This record gives sequence, C-alpha cells and structure tokens, in this order.
Amino acid sequence: MSADPIPVDAILEAAADGGIEFDGLRITAADDEYSLETPDLHRTAPSESVLRDILETIPASVTNWHYWQERVGGDGTARRAFLRWCERAPIAGGDDGLEHVSIDDPLTVSQRYAGLQEGIDREWGQLAITTRFRDLDDADTDGERVYDCWHVADADADVADLEVFDDPRDARAIATEDADGRYRPLKTAPTLASGWAFTGLSGDELVETVGFFYPATIANWHRELHGDLDISHWRETAARQTGIYDILEELPREALEWVAEACCVDTECLCRREWHYDEDDELAVDGGDGPFPCREPCSLVVAAARQWTILESERERTYELEVTPSELNQLSAIVDAVAEDRTDKIREADVGDGANRYRARYLRAKRFGADGLKAVERTNE
Amino acid sequence: MQALVVAAHGSHLNPDASSPTYAHADAIRETSAFDEVREAFWKEEPHFREVVRTLESEEVFVVPLFISEGYFTEQVIPRELRLEGWDPALWNSDGTDASQVTLEATDVEKTIHYCGPVGTHDAMTDVIVERAESVTGDPDVGDGVGLAVVGHGTERNENSAKAIEYHTERIRTRDRFAEVKALFMDEEPEVDDVTDYFESDDVVLVPLFIADGYHTQEDIPEDVGLTDDYRTGWDVPAAVDGHRVWYAGAVGTEDLLASVLLERAHDAGADVDDVVESEHVVGGDTDHDRKPTTTVGD
Repeated sequence: MSADPIPVDAILEAAADGGIEFDGLRITAADDEYSLETPDLHRTAPSESVLRDILETIPASVTNWHYWQERVGGDGTARRAFLRWCERAPIAGGDDGLEHVSIDDPLTVSQRYAGLQEGIDREWGQLAITTRFRDLDDADTDGERVYDCWHVADADADVADLEVFDDPRDARAIATEDADGRYRPLKTAPTLASGWAFTGLSGDELVETVGFFYPATIANWHRELHGDLDISHWRETAARQTGIYDILEELPREALEWVAEACCVDTECLCRREWHYDEDDELAVDGGDGPFPCREPCSLVVAAARQWTILESERERTYELEVTPSELNQLSAIVDAVAEDRTDKIREADVGDGANRYRARYLRAKRFGADGLKAVERTNE
Repeated sequence: MQALVVAAHGSHLNPDASSPTYAHADAIRETSAFDEVREAFWKEEPHFREVVRTLESEEVFVVPLFISEGYFTEQVIPRELRLEGWDPALWNSDGTDASQVTLEATDVEKTIHYCGPVGTHDAMTDVIVERAESVTGDPDVGDGVGLAVVGHGTERNENSAKAIEYHTERIRTRDRFAEVKALFMDEEPEVDDVTDYFESDDVVLVPLFIADGYHTQEDIPEDVGLTDDYRTGWDVPAAVDGHRVWYAGAVGTEDLLASVLLERAHDAGADVDDVVESEHVVGGDTDHDRKPTTTVGD
C-alpha cells in the first residue's frame, strides 16, 4: 500500500486559526509569519507554504496532532483521557500535573511513536490493552492507532490460540460467566475468563469494549483524576434505600467493617473502595489499589448487607457443644475453604484437609443431628 | 448528541434476565437513531446510579423496560438517576398515562427525558398481538381464538393490573379475537383457571412480562397445566381441559419491543423520526421462537 501524504491541510488551517499548542507542538501565527516549536526544533516560517514544508519534515508531530484532534476529538471527555492514558500520553494535552495512582511519567510524542511500533501496554483490571500503529509501513505518515485488548493472563499467548473478536458487544458474553461457567453478577470481580482477544479496535470501540467489561470505570476514573469523584458513603447510601432495603440503616457500624472485608477487598473486587462509613469515619479495612475507584456501595453489597442486617438483629447467645480440638480446627478449615472459594480444589482423597468432603461428611455423621450441629444453649439460671 | 438509556431490572442470580434488554438495545444501536445507547440496571452494571455519566450526549432519553408504573418507575429509577425535582405527579398519570418529564440530574450536566415504561405505551398492544401471531405462526390469528393477557398483578400496587387491563381492553375493541381476558398470577381472575374463562377451543396466553424467568418459565406453565414439570418443557399448543393453549413466554422478548422503546423516546422529543416512520426495527437475537407444530384453528 502506498504511503498517503502527511495530513497537513487541517493542521495548517488550525495554525492560521488561532495557532496550535498540543503535545509539545506549538505553532503561533502573527502578521502572516508562523513560529513553530517542538522539543527538538524551533523555526519561523514567513508563509504558509514554508510552514507546510517544515511540517512535512516532522510527520510524527503532524500525524499525532491529526489523530488526537481530528480523529479522537472529545476534548475534556473521559473517552479521550482514557485513550491518552493507554499510550501514556499526558492526559490533558500538556503538562497535566495530574497525580493519580494510575498515572506514571507521561511519554513525549517521539517516545510514544517509538513505542507504538511494537505497542504500548496498559492494564485495566484484568484487561491487557495494547495501543499500536494501525499500519506499521506508513506509521509516520498515518499515525492512526488501533487497540488490542485481552486478558492479562493471556498477555504472552499467541493470538492464534485465542478466540478473536472485533465487536465490542461480544465483551458482554465473555464477561457473563467465569471460567467454570458460573454467572458473574459483579463485573469487576477478578474472575474474568481468559482465552479471547479483541484486535484492531478503534479508540471508540476500545472504550465501548472496556465499558462492557467494566461498566462506568472509565467515567469514574476520569472524575477521580480531576478531583471530582462524587463518593457516596455508607450512611448516605443506606439512608436513601426504600422497600426491602429500608432496613440497611440498622446495620451496626462494626458490621460494615466485616462487609467490606467480605466483599470489597482485591481478591473479591478490582475496584478500589473509596467509600467509608461516613466522610469522617473511615473503615479500617484496606480498600485495595486498583486503577479505578468504587464510589459507593454497589448493588451486590447493598443486597448482601440487607441479609447481614437481618442476621445481625439476632441476639448473641452462648452454646455448649462437644468437639475435639481437631474438630474445632476443622470447622475453621471448612469456613476458610468456602470463604476462599477453594472447595473445588481440595482433592477427593486429601483427608488431611479439614475441608475435604469426606472429612466434612464424617464430622456431620458424628456431631450433627437432624437440626444441624448438636449444641445446647447455655442459660444463666 | 442524543443518547438512549434502556433502564431494566437485571438480576444478581439469573444471567438471562438482561438478555431482552441487550437484544432490544442492540436492535436500536443498529438503527443509528441515537449517538449512544446504553443498558442500565438495578441489579447489574452499569447501575442506574452511574449510567448517565458514561455518556457524552447532552440529551438523554431514559426509557424504563418495565411493564407498569409503580415502585421502580416512580421511586427507584428517578432516585438512583438523581433526577432533580422528580415527583410522580409530574407524569400526571392515572396509572397508564405516563409519557415523559424533562429534568436534570444532580451529578451530571445533562438534560434527562425520563419516559414512562414501555409496558404502558399504546404500541405495546401491537406487541402483544404480534406475540400471539408469532406463537401461533398465524399472522391472521384471532377468529375463533381467545387471547389471555397475563400479568403479575399484586394487591400492593393497583397499577400493576391496570397496565394489563389497559391493553386487554384495547385489543378487545379491535374485535379481532373471539374473546380477550386479563388474567393474573397474584390476584383474581387467576391464570391457573384460564380454561374456565374461555369458551374458545384455542386460547393464546401472552404473559406481559419483560424477561423470561421463574414466573414465565416455571410458575405459569405448571399453574396453567401446560406441563407437570417445567423442566420437561411443554407443547405449543398444549392440551388443557379440552382447550389448546398456545404459550411461549414473556412478551418482553418480542423483537417488536425495540420499536416501543423508540416510540417512548420519540414521544419525549428524541430526533428519531426517520426510524420511527420506517415502523420496523429489526429485532435482536432473542430466543423466544418456540415454533408451533400445529396450526391454530385446526
């Protein structure tokens, strides 16, 4: 395929119409004379035709401008910021000075143009995203980026071994079930199945794809980046509930710590929890360290907390039951195995593991009656 | 730019609950009538709370994929969308008249056109009739055939039954079916006794539900007597008390429902004239097509 000419017409028009200040490229116009600066160059051009000649010698700056200003557009949008982040460009177009867990030192245009030959990699939850030039042969004169997206576990896999998709909507089906075929009601659970790849996506398509895998994460990340993430803490969330969730306000303060530990840590959800009991009453449990924030208790936490609110309304009692020390330890082992979701990994004949099925059946046969564990409530009389 | 948000219930437990939502949203995407189309859920993601911020459009049309006006459309969705100044009275509805109200949300600088649910739109009447046609495989079904429009019904919300009765009455006035009745799961007249309410040999049973699930795929088939055990399936038609009952699940899975979503947005001022006038939105990949093995009226 023959090289298309460098798209200088649009940039010339923009230069004449108020000048350009973008990604290290600066063009100002005064009295029909142009001044052009890049990190490596400072030239003046007495006419538009001279400016054109100069621009044709710096194709990276020109095509970079063209890609971001003409193709991506969307100044100030989360979509644009995310695509900039993907290739480690400064988010706001210049010295952004943004401090955020997801932001590292931004790359210059020449660094990115070098990186985009092979691809620039990012991780977003369990997504590995690579930004690269669409057409390597004409990278300098084209500048068009495409995006590949696959599971971080497949980062080193051969694409030929993966199921390849190009429609963002296919992400919905991939995200619906985990590798064991279990429904994933929480999209940001770290249980995304691997074995697939989206290749050659446009920027819009990548954003749409990520939106299906991890809904609203880009929008909330973008808000947080600019310091305007609207966090709804627990008390506010509980207070607005109605219907069957009306009881949430009755959940004890200390129980919310257990809720967060049960549901909101990195092993269960890739969102970084930013909400607390209240603005000035932080939870002790770690909120995680993912790139995108969780700004309020999600519907799963709300639904589970309703159940715990009901359970916590019961009065504590003291029971007496007879077990050996090993049986007591075994009860811990069983709870631990369920909590860590490892019951299916315990080998059939591994009777050394307290959560082994035969061990559990034996304990049930020995210590359980028709109504469950044999225990007697101790009274104070 | 204008966006459409299809607001549905979703489920933490059943992955199929959102299938109709995706199918109808995809059908509308194919028309390019909106710059952006989003699904939003109460129990899935994106949640109602966070959907609008994912949009770049300034004008957002939110259409609840719900059957009736009630708790979700009047309280939950407007509250979770943070619609400023929302009051159910703004809809000026007696239970089936809600069209739209234009408000702003407190967390985004956008204009939100909050529409009435799909279930009460007049076009839904056509969807029910189309469902009767597709279930029977007869585009002219009606002569000598009874039609039962089945709703959940609940003593707690009179609007639940109103939506069912509204469409039942509209179909009745068309004089197309020999008999048309509204039946319910949780109130009288009950769908369990469907054959008591019809004289026609053939009765088409159209459940006015958004998604197939427990009610439409387990409860109703067993309660009506289509099958003793829903897991073994049922015939279409099924013989029940000397009648032939034609049943194939939730009307919300009917392809034509995408058109009702568009109509709602159109009524609210969305610029979708070209698509609405073409009158047909190609449906998404729904899975309701249980083909009959018999011809209605045989």
